Amino acid sequence: MPDSNVLQTTPLNALHLRLGARMVPFAGYDMPVHYRDGILKEHLHTRAAAGLFDVSHMGQALLSGRHALARLEALVPGDLQRLKPGQMRYTQLLNANAGILDDLMVTRLSAADEPEDRLFLVVNAANKAADFAHITAQLPELDLLVMRDRALLALQGPAAAEVIAGLCAASASMPFMTMRREMLDGVPVYISRCGYTGEDGFEISLVPGAATAFAEALLANPKVAAIGLGARDSLRLEAGLCLHGHDITAQTTPLEANLGWSISRRRMEGGGFPGDAILQAQHAQGPQRLRVGIRPEGRAPVREGAIIADGAGREIGSVTSGGFSPTLNAPIAMGYVTRAHAATGSRLQLALRGQMVPAEVVALPFVPTRYFRSPS
Amino acid sequence: MTTVYFTKDHEYISVDGDIGTIGITDHAQQALGDVVFVELPKTGTKVARGKEAAVVESVKAASDVYAAASGEVVAVNDALEGAPGTINEDAEGRGWFFKVKIADKAELAGLMDAAAYEAFLKTLD
Repeated sequence: MPDSNVLQTTPLNALHLRLGARMVPFAGYDMPVHYRDGILKEHLHTRAAAGLFDVSHMGQALLSGRHALARLEALVPGDLQRLKPGQMRYTQLLNANAGILDDLMVTRLSAADEPEDRLFLVVNAANKAADFAHITAQLPELDLLVMRDRALLALQGPAAAEVIAGLCAASASMPFMTMRREMLDGVPVYISRCGYTGEDGFEISLVPGAATAFAEALLANPKVAAIGLGARDSLRLEAGLCLHGHDITAQTTPLEANLGWSISRRRMEGGGFPGDAILQAQHAQGPQRLRVGIRPEGRAPVREGAIIADGAGREIGSVTSGGFSPTLNAPIAMGYVTRAHAATGSRLQLALRGQMVPAEVVALPFVPTRYFRSPS
Repeated sequence: MTTVYFTKDHEYISVDGDIGTIGITDHAQQALGDVVFVELPKTGTKVARGKEAAVVESVKAASDVYAAASGEVVAVNDALEGAPGTINEDAEGRGWFFKVKIADKAELAGLMDAAAYEAFLKTLD
């Protein structure tokens, strides 16, 4: 473990400072929470044009070996064996209780005829040391290469494809949730079509030495603005996406978290992952509690930790993420409630500064997602 | 004749006679970022110096606003509820929170003047 008193920096640290970022410690890194325009404008710019995010603090690794796809399925409920070359999947590392140790993206790099599978993993910054230790300990027969200093940039928003097309024409037609190896601006990169904002967008993984010049090339386009972690959080909340350590933890299962869509029928029925029996029982009976979207009445944001009560005032859960939606110009929240209160339209009350704020369960996402759909 | 005083919690009180207009400083609004919500006291309530009197929330976080002087609230800036961004635009002007009838002007002696507040801000970096 690095010295906990010394913040690590990403390859873009000097660029952040040059752009006037307000820097804060996050997951052991010195990271930009916002730039000169502030969170609200950065959020709206990403929804209207394109935002560039430095997510180099996240963990990137290559996992390779014979049957690596099948073997990694022993740790996650996602269907990895059906990944086609270049395809990526969202899944979760689970503990023996089906609790979520972390959520991650798994991309199959290897071609069909390769003797060994090669996978590219992206995990959360705060969990990367634990995740990689867990994978190494559980799958000693595979080779995990942690790409410690590699940069990761995200370009998100309705103009992202047009901006990327200016650097690499082939990228603009990539299907959602796929990755390619490309030359962008003369630099070899892994580019994937995915993101954490609900918008169309790309994540670009590249060597640290090329990161600043590449970011500057993107920022030279007037449609692109640098966006900090503050807007990254409000964008993902509007998109109804989970933040590990908050909306999903080692104490919540993927079904409780309403992530059942990420588990195929083959994996749910066949099991073979930690906590499979628990998840199968929850699948058969329905989980006792569920993550839901919540709209509080009025304008006051209701934050993480607020108690959720039913209409009669009985405590039924708590808020796991809450804030203000710049797109809706209203407060939004996510949290866990008992199954009886999880249906859209259920009336709730949220504890806020000694009072109870009326609220309603709403469908997620709060703001419609605009992921790229390939012309069929 | 108006005199402005400042607290270490980054509120100001602009005093004219026995009426004090209270809000948060320009430094405070910059640190908070985009304000999206305010909760103001009701006219007629009594506030006590150093106690929570209002709430201001930005996209980042919620903060309490403390009364810079004790007294009765005689006016509140209702316009902020529909336009909380006014606090970012003009914190020490149109972004005022509420006015109190100051109970004891001797309390003001413990506050900073503009020069002292400027010097205080320099110690924070």
